[in-house]
Amino acid sequence: MSRLSGIAASNGIAIAKAFRLEHPDLTVDKKNVADPQAEIERFGSAVDESIAELEVIKKRTAEQISEKEADIFGAHLLVLQDPELIGPITDKIKTDNVNAEFALHETSTMFVDMFEAMDNEYMKERAADVRDVTKRVLAHLLGVKIQNPSLITDEVVIIAEDLTPSDTVQLNPQYIKGFITDIGGRTSHSAILARTLEIPAVVGAKSAMSSIQNGTIVIIDGLEGEILLDPDEATLAEYKEKQTAFAGQKAEWAKLKNEATVTKDGVAVELGANIGTPKDLTGVLENGGEAIGLYRTEFLYMGRDNFPTEQEQFDAYSAVLKGMEGKPTVVRTLDIGGDKELSYLKLPKELNPFLGLRAIRLCLEMPDMFRTQLRALLRASVHGNLKIMFPMIATLDEFREAKALLLEEKAKLEAEGVEVSDSIEVGIMVEIPSTAVMADTFAKEVDFFSIGTNDLIQYTMAADRMNESVSYLYQPYNPAILRLVKTVIDASHKEGKWTGMCGEMAGDEIAIPILLGLGLDEFSMSASSILKARSQLSRLSKADMEGHVEHILGLATSQEVEDYVNKL
Amino acid sequence: MVEKTFTITDPAGMHARPASALVGSLSKFQSDITMEFKDKKVNLKSILGVMSLGVPSGSQVQIAADGADEAEAMETIERVLQEQGISNA
Repeated sequence: MSRLSGIAASNGIAIAKAFRLEHPDLTVDKKNVADPQAEIERFGSAVDESIAELEVIKKRTAEQISEKEADIFGAHLLVLQDPELIGPITDKIKTDNVNAEFALHETSTMFVDMFEAMDNEYMKERAADVRDVTKRVLAHLLGVKIQNPSLITDEVVIIAEDLTPSDTVQLNPQYIKGFITDIGGRTSHSAILARTLEIPAVVGAKSAMSSIQNGTIVIIDGLEGEILLDPDEATLAEYKEKQTAFAGQKAEWAKLKNEATVTKDGVAVELGANIGTPKDLTGVLENGGEAIGLYRTEFLYMGRDNFPTEQEQFDAYSAVLKGMEGKPTVVRTLDIGGDKELSYLKLPKELNPFLGLRAIRLCLEMPDMFRTQLRALLRASVHGNLKIMFPMIATLDEFREAKALLLEEKAKLEAEGVEVSDSIEVGIMVEIPSTAVMADTFAKEVDFFSIGTNDLIQYTMAADRMNESVSYLYQPYNPAILRLVKTVIDASHKEGKWTGMCGEMAGDEIAIPILLGLGLDEFSMSASSILKARSQLSRLSKADMEGHVEHILGLATSQEVEDYVNKL
Repeated sequence: MVEKTFTITDPAGMHARPASALVGSLSKFQSDITMEFKDKKVNLKSILGVMSLGVPSGSQVQIAADGADEAEAMETIERVLQEQGISNA
């Protein structure tokens, strides 16, 4: 038995024989042709055959997966019929007397390079589309067969260097139990499709192709990103058990999608999702999110070369608010600086960026930029249940200043005759210890708190979270952190306000029982964790956990807390 | 020649789906059709051309059609942009 590991791309356990998906050699040589007209015709038939193939794949995708996924192949078909691609290729064959393969390769490389050079993730992915289409036509020109995974009728796991979008949609989940690729990341197209198809996948395994033979029994652990080859009996039995457990768990979670989050003793809490763009809404709704606890607006500002306009921001905020249909939506104002930089905002290099000019500090320093965002938010407020949250608040003065700007913009908009909601709650992130300590004073003026644990831990423990040598200090269960969390929650409740949490900790199995006992009102996490958390909360009793809180807060170390919760 | 300015209102800008619908609807026209954004002009019958502009939400594009069926082409463009919900024309 041997092991490989990679990036866990799609949950679940797969056990089956390996099937190597090998891409044929598509090396292109430059040749001169005597009869360019015949060469153009040869190119034309290769394009026609590719079009016919793509029509079939598109139809199958629409039937087996979704119209939306089939659109990718609609786009491929347009690329194949694109006059700006086909024209230059036939011109090149004619004027340079070169073979069709070479003309195709040269022209498509130009487009690939152009898309890859764009400063935008979305456009970079278009390069993959052009490559995919080019390979298909090249195979026809070279007379080599591209393997057709849709013809597989045995239960297998696919091993490949990489999977193109057209490979991935040919994977029929009835036979294809999972896949492993040597390259790619969690957000590559094949990883996303694996999650849609709900087949386990590990990507970025680096040496799968060089170490896995056809027919080898392979276990894919898509939860941990582990791959086991030629497992012994005991391991096989262990993973079969894991597989059954996972299937059972998934079925249990799925039932909870449209349920409210209620503890065993009947207390309702709110489970929200953290999102970065309007596109993430689908995941929130599919996983039964009851709120958005954190909408990180900085993504609107990233991957571009100028500030987003008020209208662009309004469009994005309204899309999210409308999509949530009146459910609470907490939007965090721009949190830039620290590890997040904008190319068009030239900020001086700082020795300690995490302790420097970032988030609300930067926004108050650049009020025009901040006002634009506030106006967009205020205008969008009529489309849903908007709550505005300021990040990195360290003093009450900062909160007052930010809120004053908000009220000024609101008054201006109303004077212009623009409708603005009157019930927008205004709250703050609690991620700086000074604010946690002063929570009782803050609670008199803010409408809510949301605890950002990643930063709260980093600032409380004085441990840079980007620095691996001090990563042992990232201790969410450290009683110091838990006591601060308690201070904040208690302070909010005393003033009739609420507290949420939007860091990693809110979705953590060990932390959830403690946070419930501390009285946290809203837990916000990545959408894919919601159903699991709902399931866990339904098995916990709030009254019981309240009984444990005093003991937990009196423990000495993070490890003691973890051990204590594990024994409950 | 007919020319018209459109504002792209879809939050994701001119992304693949509407761009494909637009380009796909134009192959039957004989007129030369172009789209201009930020001083760059591309063939609107070319999906690669349109995508290469990377038109973000809220921006204005100028579309021009020139040829025998230019009026009909422009009507199609307006209809498709509205159907796709990416422009308020």
